[in-house]
Amino acid sequence: MANTDLGTSPDDVQFRFREDEMADHGAVTVDAVLEQSNASAVRIEPGDDARLLLPFLDRLALVEVNFPSFADGRGYSVARILREAGYEGELRAVGDVLIDQLSHMRRCGFDSFAPDKRLDEEDAKRAFATWDDVYQRSVDGRTTIPELRHE
Amino acid sequence: MYQYDQYDQQMVDARVAEFRDQARRRLEGKLTEDQFKPLRLMNGLYLQLHAYMLRVAIPYGTLNSRQMIALGDIADKYDRGYGHFTTRQNLQYNWIKLEDAADILADLSKVEMHAIQTSGNCIRNISSDHFAGAAADELVDPRPYAELLRQWSSFHPEFTYLPRKFKICVIAAEKDRAAMRLHDIGIQIVEQDGEIGARFFVGGGMGRTPMIAPMVRDFVPLDQLITYAEACLRVYNRYGRRDNKYKARIKILVHELGAEEYTRQVEEEFAHLLDQGVEPPRAELERIKTYFADPAFEDGPKNVDRSDPDFAVWVDRNTHRHKHDSYVSAVISLKPVGGIPGDATGEQMRLMAKLAKQYSFDEIRIMHTQNVVLPHVKIADLHALWSELHAAGLGAPNMDTIEDMIACPGLDYCSLANARSIPLAQRISERFDASGKTAELGELKLKISGCINACGHHHAGHIGILGVDRKGVENYQLSLGGSEAEDVSLAKITGPGFTEDGVIEAVDTVTDVYLAQREGEERFLDTYRRIGMEPFKEALYG
Repeated sequence: MANTDLGTSPDDVQFRFREDEMADHGAVTVDAVLEQSNASAVRIEPGDDARLLLPFLDRLALVEVNFPSFADGRGYSVARILREAGYEGELRAVGDVLIDQLSHMRRCGFDSFAPDKRLDEEDAKRAFATWDDVYQRSVDGRTTIPELRHE
Repeated sequence: MYQYDQYDQQMVDARVAEFRDQARRRLEGKLTEDQFKPLRLMNGLYLQLHAYMLRVAIPYGTLNSRQMIALGDIADKYDRGYGHFTTRQNLQYNWIKLEDAADILADLSKVEMHAIQTSGNCIRNISSDHFAGAAADELVDPRPYAELLRQWSSFHPEFTYLPRKFKICVIAAEKDRAAMRLHDIGIQIVEQDGEIGARFFVGGGMGRTPMIAPMVRDFVPLDQLITYAEACLRVYNRYGRRDNKYKARIKILVHELGAEEYTRQVEEEFAHLLDQGVEPPRAELERIKTYFADPAFEDGPKNVDRSDPDFAVWVDRNTHRHKHDSYVSAVISLKPVGGIPGDATGEQMRLMAKLAKQYSFDEIRIMHTQNVVLPHVKIADLHALWSELHAAGLGAPNMDTIEDMIACPGLDYCSLANARSIPLAQRISERFDASGKTAELGELKLKISGCINACGHHHAGHIGILGVDRKGVENYQLSLGGSEAEDVSLAKITGPGFTEDGVIEAVDTVTDVYLAQREGEERFLDTYRRIGMEPFKEALYG
C-alpha cells in the first residue's frame, strides 16, 4: 500500500515525554486518513489543514508534524489545534527540529521529537528547561505568569 | 510607568542566558550561520554593511531616566558614542561587536530593558502614541493595553516563526500620532455605550506594497482582547504566504482573501479560542493599569512668558496640549539643521535623562518621528527646560516641519539600501533653514527611504522620497500626498526620478507650488488634496 513508508521509526525518536508504547508502523498522509478508515498514524506536512483530522482523532495514536525547515512555523499551530481539540496521542515533531525550537514546541503540545540530526543531549536538556514560568496560556497546562500574579 | 516584577525580570534574565548559550554554540560550530541568524535576529542583532547593529526595544516608546542613562552609557562603552532612535520607537546601535552582544544584553537587563523580538519573523515591539498618558485628547492611556500585549507576545510559543515580521500598534485617541493603520495590527481603544473596548484594523503596512489596514472588528471587549489578537495571528500563521518573502506580510493575505473573508476566518478562530482560556485574568489588566496612574500633577501658571522670541517659536512648534492645563508635553527635536535624523550622543541621552528627572516625573517617550518627548512638563518650568536644551543643541523648533524628516539609515549603514538617505536629509534641512522657508511652510512631513522596503515611511509622507538604483547610480523618486495620521493615505509618485541635487530642487519646487496655491490655513497636504497632482507635475516636468 502506498504511503505507509512515510514517517519516522521509533529509532528516530530522540526525546519522548510519554510512558505508553510507541507506535511502530508507518504514518500515512492526511489525504489517506480521510480516504481510509483504519490508519492510526498520520504525517502532517506544512500546507495540510490539521482540522480535517478532527473527526478521526479517536483512532490516531501518532501524529507526526513535519518541519522541512525550522523557519516554517505552521506546525506550531497544527500542534495546538490538535491538542485544543482533545487529541491525547503522541504528537511528534520531525524534520528540521533544532535545540532552540524545543521549548516552544513542547509548549504547543509536542511530546516527542525526531530531529533529522541528533541533538546534543545536554543542550537539549537545557533548552527544554529554558522557561521557569511562561506568559501565555497554551496547551501544556502550565499556570501562566498572569495567573500566578493573581492566585 | 510599568515596572518589572520578579517574573518579568526572570523572563529577561532567562533570555540573556539563552542568548549566551546560543552564541557559545555558534562559536563551537554547533550552530551554522543559517541556524544562528534567526536566533540573533530575535535578540535584535543584525549584520549591516560595516558592523553588527543591535536594536534595543523601548516598549511603546516609554522609558525612565535610569534607562536613558543606561542607553547613553552603552553608546559610550560599546559603540562610537551615539545611538539612533528609530521609527519603531526603538534605539539602534550601529557599531557593535558580536562578542559584546551578550554583555550589552546583560547591561540592559539591569535596567529592565532588552532587545527581545526587535527583529525576526515574530511579533515585534508594540508601538503607541508618544503622548500617551499625557495628551488632552485621549480617551484613556493606551499603554496598559500595549503592556498586556507585550507580555502576551513575548516568547509566544506559537508565533515565533511567522511568515514574516509582525508589528502591532495601540492608540486611544481619534488623532493618530503613531501610524496605527500602517501596522500589521492597529488597535484603537474606543468607547461604545459607556464601555471601553478595542477596534481592530488588520493588514496595513508600508514596504514595497503599501496598504492601509481595513477594520476587521469595531469593538472587541477588553476581556477578549488577547484572544482576538491570538485569532488574528493564528489565521496568519496558518495561511500567510511562505513561498515569497515579499508577499509574506499579513497585508498580502488580507488583500488576497479580501478583508471580509479574512475577518470571517478570524471570527471563526476567535469563537473557538474563547473556549480555550487564553485570555489573561482581567485582574492582570487592572494590575498593569496601576503602574500607569497619573503622577501627582500640581496646579500652576497656565500661560508662558513669550518675551523671548526664540523660546516662543519653540513653544509654538514643539509643545503639545496636556490633559492637565498647567502642563504640556515638550518635544526634544533630534533633527538639528544638518544633523542625522534620530541620532543622539551618549552625552545628550544623559542630559535628556537628567531633564526628564528634573522636569517630567522621570518619564521620557520616543516618537516614531525619531524625536524625544518629555511628556509632563510644568508650563512654569518650560523656559528653564528650553534654555538647557537650547544650550545643548537640542532646541530645534521644528516638530512636524520640513526639517523634521524621517530618514532611514540608508546606504550609509544598511545592506538592503539602494541609495543614501542621511546626506539627503541633511542637505534638505540646511537648504530650508537657510532660505527661511521652513516656518512659512508650517506642517509638512517629509519622509525618506533608501530602498523600497520603506523604513523611512516615504509612502506616508506629505512629500516622500524613495532612493532607487538606476544603472548603478543613486536616483530618487518623489511622491506626494501621503499621510500616516487619522487622515491616512498613500503618496503617489510624481513621475520620473531625479538625481540627488535634482530631488532637492524638486522638493523646493513643489513647496513653491503649495505656497502659491494654498488657501487660508491649508497645510501642504490639504492643498495637494484639493488641487491634485497636475500643478505639481507641471512645475516639475512641464
